[in-house]
Amino acid sequence: MNLTLKIWRQSGSSDKGRMVTYRVEDVSPDMSFLEMLDVLNERLILEGDDPVAFDHDCREGICGMCGMVINGVAHGEQRATTTCQLHMRHFEDGAVITIEPWRAAPFPVIKDLVVDRSSFDRIIQAGGFVSVPAGSAPDAHAVPVPKEDADAAFDAATCIGCGACVAACPNGSASLFTAAKITHLGLLPQGQPERDSRARAMVEQMDAEGFGGCTNTGECTAVCPKGIPFDTIARMNADYLRSASK
Amino acid sequence: MAVTGAVLVLFLLGHMLGNLKIFLGAGSFNHYADWLRTVGSPALPDRTLLTITEIVLVLAVALHMWAAVSLARRAAKARPVKYAAKRRSQAGGYATRTMRYGGVIIVLFVIWHLLDMTFGTVNPEGGDATPYDRMIAGFQPGRWWVGLFYLVAMVMIGLHLRHGLWSAFQSLGLTRRPRVRNALRAGAAVVSAVLVVGFVAAPVCIMIGVVK
Amino acid sequence: MKFRRRQQQEPVAPSPSPSPSSSVSLPVSPPRPGTYRTGEPIRDTKAPSGPVEDRWDTRRFQAKLVNPANKRKLTVIVVGTGLAGGSAAATLGELGYKVKSFCYQDSPRRAHSIAAQGGINAAKNYRGDGDSVYRLFYDTVKGGDFRARESNVYRLAQVSVNIIDQAVAQGVPFAREYGGLLDTRSFGGAQVSRTFYARGQTGQQLLLGAYQALERQIAAGTVEMHTRHEMLEIVVSGGRARGVVVRDMVTGEIETHLADAVVLATGGYGNVFFLSTNAKGCNTTAIWRAHKKGAYFGNPCFTQIHPTCIPVSGDYQSKLTLMSESLRNDGRVWVPLRKGDGRAPADIPEDERDYYLERIYPAFGNLVPRDIASRAAKNVCDEGRGVGPGGLGVYLDFADAIARLGRDAVEKKYGNLFEMYERITGENPYEVPMRIYPAVHYTMGGLWVDYDLQSTIPGLFVIGEANFSDHGANRLGASALMQGLADGYFVLPTTIGDYLAGAGAFGPVEEDDVAEARKAVQDRIDRLLSVNGTRTADSYHRELGRIMWDYCGMERTEESLRKALERIPELREEFWNNVKVPGDAEGLNQALERAGRVADFFELAELMCVDALHRTESCGGHFRAESQDADGEALRDDENFAYVAAWEWTPDGPVLHKEELDYEYVKMTQRSYK
Repeated sequence: MNLTLKIWRQSGSSDKGRMVTYRVEDVSPDMSFLEMLDVLNERLILEGDDPVAFDHDCREGICGMCGMVINGVAHGEQRATTTCQLHMRHFEDGAVITIEPWRAAPFPVIKDLVVDRSSFDRIIQAGGFVSVPAGSAPDAHAVPVPKEDADAAFDAATCIGCGACVAACPNGSASLFTAAKITHLGLLPQGQPERDSRARAMVEQMDAEGFGGCTNTGECTAVCPKGIPFDTIARMNADYLRSASK
Repeated sequence: MAVTGAVLVLFLLGHMLGNLKIFLGAGSFNHYADWLRTVGSPALPDRTLLTITEIVLVLAVALHMWAAVSLARRAAKARPVKYAAKRRSQAGGYATRTMRYGGVIIVLFVIWHLLDMTFGTVNPEGGDATPYDRMIAGFQPGRWWVGLFYLVAMVMIGLHLRHGLWSAFQSLGLTRRPRVRNALRAGAAVVSAVLVVGFVAAPVCIMIGVVK
Repeated sequence: MKFRRRQQQEPVAPSPSPSPSSSVSLPVSPPRPGTYRTGEPIRDTKAPSGPVEDRWDTRRFQAKLVNPANKRKLTVIVVGTGLAGGSAAATLGELGYKVKSFCYQDSPRRAHSIAAQGGINAAKNYRGDGDSVYRLFYDTVKGGDFRARESNVYRLAQVSVNIIDQAVAQGVPFAREYGGLLDTRSFGGAQVSRTFYARGQTGQQLLLGAYQALERQIAAGTVEMHTRHEMLEIVVSGGRARGVVVRDMVTGEIETHLADAVVLATGGYGNVFFLSTNAKGCNTTAIWRAHKKGAYFGNPCFTQIHPTCIPVSGDYQSKLTLMSESLRNDGRVWVPLRKGDGRAPADIPEDERDYYLERIYPAFGNLVPRDIASRAAKNVCDEGRGVGPGGLGVYLDFADAIARLGRDAVEKKYGNLFEMYERITGENPYEVPMRIYPAVHYTMGGLWVDYDLQSTIPGLFVIGEANFSDHGANRLGASALMQGLADGYFVLPTTIGDYLAGAGAFGPVEEDDVAEARKAVQDRIDRLLSVNGTRTADSYHRELGRIMWDYCGMERTEESLRKALERIPELREEFWNNVKVPGDAEGLNQALERAGRVADFFELAELMCVDALHRTESCGGHFRAESQDADGEALRDDENFAYVAAWEWTPDGPVLHKEELDYEYVKMTQRSYK
């Protein structure tokens, strides 16, 4: 298949950036989206052009490194799929595909489609952990955890930190990301001692990073490659209100 | 947002119930309107309840708008560079997408509505007529465009409420469990629908001549 | 251990102002391909003697302690933030050391440990099914085909129980039963149920646990995190590892970071094959740079090939995706009986199918160990009976399972894997049999370390997949996570103290040593940028990978390895004369990063082939066609090869140091799965 790509090119953080159009030909439907970009980049290198920079690593949908807004949708229109797992068979021959980086002030563009997501790390630093130094843990069976809680915690814990939720949110909110961690740890007995302080600190850090507010549009969950449930945000709100009332 | 919204929803419920009294006839309707002015009398001066309500409402509306504007400003700040491709909603939720412009339409409607029904400025009967007469006059078939505007505004309010109510439950953290969540989601839809039907019933009946 | 770096020649760039047209003298030019010299034997002097179950206690007691007040004055560099590096950096920070952590990704949470699916072994015996530390030890030594050290493996089994406790306390959401206790399953042919898991994402959950512990230390100020930084050289001064030279991948700046000890936790080198289940960024650069500065490389040829991966679909293929081994519990592996049978699988009648694993290994059937299943797949494809594009695939058929258990039950067990398969291939495995093929998955080889996890460069510690230590010639399923976390949470933080207790005598880092390391990095980058040839680094990498896969892959022969040893230097020379790296050294330049990694893979590839060529026996993941029994099974040669091959780098070619392996507890036997 032959495609027209409109890709955001920006040489660095100080560059204003612009959309540039490329043609790619003989794309196999079995290629992944990133392999299609690899093909373009191999050509650009040989033509003496600067290849398109994009983040990627595991290419099996779990590391959370890749991510681009494809035709206006974070990770493309295929549900529950990271960009690396999106395959070209979902596009039509002759299609025009717009490719842009995540857009959010707390995700400044480094180059082309590569953005800086260190704000996510700082949200975790604020409290997304259980304070348990190595070697101090009691036996794993000391505290039974109801299966239901463990499963719900797991659902939230599968967040890969890719940032699609922010990219898709009309408000540029990081609520789903933050809520996923608050929910994961808040549902387990091991997370209880720090539950209130964690919720408060993480929410405050999220706001301090400059993310927008949540208006419960649900766009985040819809594009989330791991389908992090929307009710995690309710849980975050409840925990935050509880901590604020103390 | 949730708290001010809740105040406004409570008001709307009361307002709607009052409106429905029009089906009990002019006497009942006017008597109710009069009672609103004199409730607590003679212990309290006239219009005590109304004045308190008005102050609370004005404050709620102002704070609600302020919250909306600051959320929108935060959103704009959080995304200084817009997407080139039109962002395609993946969540569905038409109601969700109407929140901001819907809110503006509702504000415009409220202004008109006050001028029409409260002050009578734009009402054919003027401010001195009884509330019943003003209402009947306001929705005469000849003024179909007023009725239409009213209908559109009510639908907007319905949509606004459906997402607003549910969103408030979510913001207050009440939607954590699937059972409760589904119940609240349904509840939000039912309340919105009831309000729309309740508010629309009177003008429609006036327009088609059932209530004269 | 004597180490004289100053006598070695600067290996990388021969001239400070290279020009594209100048004839290039290559980084390593052994006199003749495949030749090596044999040096003095090497011993692990740190493992205590005495009963194996007491050795770790003994070592912990013997190890000198660092005064708590002194810890914050000591800097430790940790490169890599996977299970090993992340847990080590966090734990060292908790202990009070000043830690500097580096990763090439944009966040420490992305390290490739995250992709591990199956689970983590631990000798908890929560099932009461007869498991014990000793049994895990025994299984691991045997599974490693008797090429791992008993002392190390026993310690690993001991520590395994602490890992589960630690992870649970951190909030890792392991699978649980209705009673609220942890669920386990049996994995990779083990006869006890000792594998703890978190659905198919155990690696992710364990890594996030370590990541969160790490972030907590970053917030506490004990760990300084450097993301998007790639280690390109190690600083050795006074015979000790004293720092690293890194490139800030965003600004392009070359930075030097000094420390009292350096820990490499940079993972495996499976990407030397280009196509593997590793992440695209996984590379050998950190350990290869260390190797060239004096760290011996242990058993580089020991590579694990995983039997159940999604086959290659075309030339553009950039990586391979693993499907959990658990699929073999219910799927049946087959190929058409007839060569070149082009019919759709549904049109091939039962009696024209060859369920070859069930036929050859009636006792274990589809559940034979990884290496055996892989090689069997290769054999039937070599016979021309493979299926799918290029004939490189075999069917993994669930039709029987669906008929027996019902579609719902199959979906419950494997639904997410089936979905993943369909997403990638566009085929529905409920209706059409899956196609699978083996792919490079893990490298048991790595930098040689002693019982303390210290390499032959004093002060350079190597943990996780980057070292060679615990898996021998073959790693058992669910043991990689165990080893990474054992090293990072429990072993290294103790043993590194013994070394750091002597830090008072280290002296200052000599400026010349820093300048030299920086210059090596700079020259190399300059040179890659100046070639300006006609082929991309990726295209060379693909070709190198092809050579390695064909000649040093699942089955190796003297002939194939010699061929590889001929081709690799030629291709490497072409690479240095004809690679095209666009852009400059400033700012983000992913093509430059890639080219640097490929350059190191070339050198490593050669050492792997030398190692594979010298080890004329078959063992574990290393199968030499010349060494097989009458049934075509791997034949070990314990008399001549019961040793670790620790390779030293010299400008004149590799030097082999043998570490003899003694088995006091586990009797050496030939594996049999018939």
